[in-house]
Amino acid sequence: MYCASARTPAACKITPPYNIRMIAYLIRRLLYALPILIGVNLLTFALFFVVNTPDDMARMQLGVKRVTPEAIVLWKQQHGYDKPLMINHAAAGAKQFTNTIFWQKSASMFVLDFGYSDDGRNISREIVTRMGPSLSIALPTFLAGLVIYVSFALLMTLFRATALDIAGVTLCVMLMSISGLFYIIGGQFLIGKLWHLVPVSGYGGGGFKFVVLPVVIGIIGGIGSSSRWYRAIFLEEIGRDYVRTARAKGLSELQVLFIHVLKNAMIPILTGVVVVIPLLFMGSLLTESFFGIPGLGSYTIDAINAQDFSVVRAMVFLGSLLYIAGLILTDISYTLVDPRVRLS
Amino acid sequence: MKYIAGFLLLTLLTACDVWNNPYPSADAGKAILYTAFTERPKHLDPAQAYSENEYAFLANIYAPPLQYHYLKRPYQLVPQAADSMPVITYLDSRQRQLPADAPAEKIAFSVYEIHIKPGMHYQPHPAFARDAQGLPEYFHLKPADLNDIHAPGDFSHSGTRVVTAADYVYQIKRLANPQLHQPIFGVMSEYIIGLKEYAQTLQQTLKKHPDDFLDLTALPLPGVTVVNETTYRITIHGKYPQFAYWLAMPFFAPMPPEAERFYAQAGMKERNLTLDWWPVGSGPYYLSQNDPNRLMVLSKNPDYHSELYPAEGEAGDLPAGLLADAGHPLPLTDKVVFTLEKETIPYWSKFLQGYYDASGISSDSFDQAIQVTGGGEASVSGAMQAQGITLSTSVATSTLYTGFNWLDPVVGGCGRHIPSPQSSPLMDESKQSDSTCNPERARKLRQAISIAVDFEEFISIFANGRGIAAQSPIPPGIFGYREGAAGINSVVYDWVNGAPERKPLTAAKRLLAEAGYPDGVDEKTHQPLVINLDTTASGVGDKAHLDWMRKQFNQLGVQLVVRSTDYNRFQDKVRRGDTQMFYYGWNADYPDPENFLFLLDGAQGKVNHGGENASNYSNPEYDRLFNEMKNMENSPDRQLIIDRMLTILHDDSPWLWGYHPKNYVLQHGWLYNVKPNVMATNKLKYWRVDAKLRDERRAQWNKPVLWPLWLGGSAMLLFALWIWHVLRQRENARSLQDNSPV
Repeated sequence: MYCASARTPAACKITPPYNIRMIAYLIRRLLYALPILIGVNLLTFALFFVVNTPDDMARMQLGVKRVTPEAIVLWKQQHGYDKPLMINHAAAGAKQFTNTIFWQKSASMFVLDFGYSDDGRNISREIVTRMGPSLSIALPTFLAGLVIYVSFALLMTLFRATALDIAGVTLCVMLMSISGLFYIIGGQFLIGKLWHLVPVSGYGGGGFKFVVLPVVIGIIGGIGSSSRWYRAIFLEEIGRDYVRTARAKGLSELQVLFIHVLKNAMIPILTGVVVVIPLLFMGSLLTESFFGIPGLGSYTIDAINAQDFSVVRAMVFLGSLLYIAGLILTDISYTLVDPRVRLS
Repeated sequence: MKYIAGFLLLTLLTACDVWNNPYPSADAGKAILYTAFTERPKHLDPAQAYSENEYAFLANIYAPPLQYHYLKRPYQLVPQAADSMPVITYLDSRQRQLPADAPAEKIAFSVYEIHIKPGMHYQPHPAFARDAQGLPEYFHLKPADLNDIHAPGDFSHSGTRVVTAADYVYQIKRLANPQLHQPIFGVMSEYIIGLKEYAQTLQQTLKKHPDDFLDLTALPLPGVTVVNETTYRITIHGKYPQFAYWLAMPFFAPMPPEAERFYAQAGMKERNLTLDWWPVGSGPYYLSQNDPNRLMVLSKNPDYHSELYPAEGEAGDLPAGLLADAGHPLPLTDKVVFTLEKETIPYWSKFLQGYYDASGISSDSFDQAIQVTGGGEASVSGAMQAQGITLSTSVATSTLYTGFNWLDPVVGGCGRHIPSPQSSPLMDESKQSDSTCNPERARKLRQAISIAVDFEEFISIFANGRGIAAQSPIPPGIFGYREGAAGINSVVYDWVNGAPERKPLTAAKRLLAEAGYPDGVDEKTHQPLVINLDTTASGVGDKAHLDWMRKQFNQLGVQLVVRSTDYNRFQDKVRRGDTQMFYYGWNADYPDPENFLFLLDGAQGKVNHGGENASNYSNPEYDRLFNEMKNMENSPDRQLIIDRMLTILHDDSPWLWGYHPKNYVLQHGWLYNVKPNVMATNKLKYWRVDAKLRDERRAQWNKPVLWPLWLGGSAMLLFALWIWHVLRQRENARSLQDNSPV
């Protein structure tokens, strides 16, 4: 390979093409993910079993009436909780570590086999079934919300230091100060109960009408914090030289904002936005519970309440995996919006 | 294009009168009952399910031999799948028949002979499907055959068959299957002949052939035998009259062996196709849709023809219209739709909109729904009356109490703790300090606290008046409960002007002084008396009632320390006897005093025997009377023994008797035949709906309010125009500025 710019032979190393370097970078990032996932898994395991013992789990599943010690032993045997937690001193060799609850419940997750919940249902199947409802709320909330938050922030930036800007910021602070629960209950009361525009809660059947209210409430609930954040980004950009140059060229303020400022503000926006895209699958704990949406958020809450470790560890593992995927996607997205960024 | 989209949207929005209907419009006018469930069931296998939320489904799917009469009170058992009540034969230890009135101690065995109705059929199910040769069609499935199967209804064929006595026997065998969680195996193995040994046999068989299907039909159970196609016998140890109540639970419903074999095939469990999720019953309904995360639907079993609406009831039932459907085949609705509602607010809102046919009342909605008259009678508020909503109330066969730990040296009866391997060394030490315990002193202390804690006030403040203060563990409606002066707890109440009146605080203070704690101070140590209350209540919402409890103790000068803890630790403390006082409760399994009084039987002590006596109360005389009473039929003699037992309990006061909660149920005017029945869990088959009236009311109550949409849309449009105008002005001003001469 010809090395035109090199002045010394040492500097003229053969560098692989960018695509190869990027793939190598991604593989490296994926390998970094392994110890993170193991660590998260270990932490979840430790935290869960500090609070609950296998006996507690058995009692929770068997109920409080007429539970005999034999029934508890049997339940633990059937569900694989009759082994030591981390180290099996009774075993020899590798079995000291593999014949434990930690290993038996964790190893299979790395091939995405989540096993069965304590009530006997296939967790992978549940996750696949519940992703749809979670996405049907989270995705429109995310997309429509992004457009609205960015537009509102641009509007405040456009009218910066005017009464409209102050009113906008005040509104944002007010909206931020109100609990998300209030939006849900208030929205259900006003839109569902008083105005009869959509069902108060529920999912399925008619489809669209069940999604409107949680999406609207989700968007309103996020306006305050997100719009203020984007406004701060845009205000930082608006003072830069390229904006002055754009104005000097005679561009309108709208063109300056929507074409130049927005494009240059993409890196900080993407930092916050892309990372959450994979997590949309995980759903919202509160919204799903109040609207009766059978998504992954309510699945996690139910599992925590029922002390179902199998589901809790699966959901935490999945959350970690998606978060790591989000971080990698964010890195890739930088290269798409800013040609100066190169992954290597 | 914009105009077309706007027109389409407007057309869509105005096309139907009701926008907020959560159900498909195709279901309008159908005999469907709409209700909700707040927690997904864990088990739907009749051998494993034992919770109220599981029975809400199961009791309507499976048909055990007996059931509770829907209308008659006191609660009485009547045949359901059986064609008559079981014939009970008593035998002595040499298998000789004894007369029906033989003393319990002479009875070595009781034989229950049960005749089931001939011609009953199971629900349609693929496990019964047969091919052209008459062989089971789906018994040799490969995992690949299940690719498009998500529910039993996805199979192309289904079948049914006649219910036989062998199916009932098969289900009893399943109660000992070690592969299943067996909630009543412990109780039943004490009674049903050979059940304990049967479980061991099954365990050994499983060890030998762990991968094989466990065929229970090949392994006989000596205590349960098939006599003929429609008759079977259950032989139990001794006399156990309460056994008949168990026969009304799904534990004893029929189970076709082919259903278990069908679900045992490879690939089924991975698809959540198990007997625990897809029941196969012979009851009035079958589970046609099972999405426990959202919706569960019971559909009418087309092969259920064995039952008619009862023709007899109580005196007031005829005028109340509860006998209008007498003689009609059950069930009276085609479908029951259960929607998951975890939160009370949306549940209540949808009930008011007519989307649920009946509802309970949460504390948040109580004032909106109920008004209490001057005489203390509860009725629905004016707004509810205008909607045609009516109220029915009943006292639950439950008791919510506060227990004293009998093993505690301060409040207990100086019972001895037998150390177990699980006991903590610290706790053992404290429980051994019996030398400091004075039973008489502790008894008076418990009595003083019983008087001071005013449960009438508690019910009024924290339960909206929905409950009655308990005089003993036995709630109203259960044999042994006495009305009037004869039934009061004379340690706590006086009978004044025809009603119980709590003794004055001075009586409690006097008892406290006699106990050696004048004004709440220990006269020996001169230290204030401190009592600990263990509870799982720790939320913000619990603070008020815990403060109220502290106030009750403060009246005596006693300091109450509330030790809030999580559920697991609380149960652990109770199991180890590491408490002084604790909140607890009990829901009846069956309407018999034995099911309440056993909670204080010494042999049931939680710490020493792992039983249900959470306060570890022990009194030899009480235990003796309990053993005498438990096997008796209801009779004046039994009542006398119960009276004596209750007198002992009142005197010992091992519990603050707490209260029996009252159930308040609201129902819409289109729902008929609703009569509170706290024992029956299979009530849905009796309920009838007037779907036409419901549709009319829903349309009337749910007309969409459109002005907010127009107002909001207009405001946004005006705002957008104003912004546009301001921007235009700015641009113009800038252009002028740029073009102006320097």
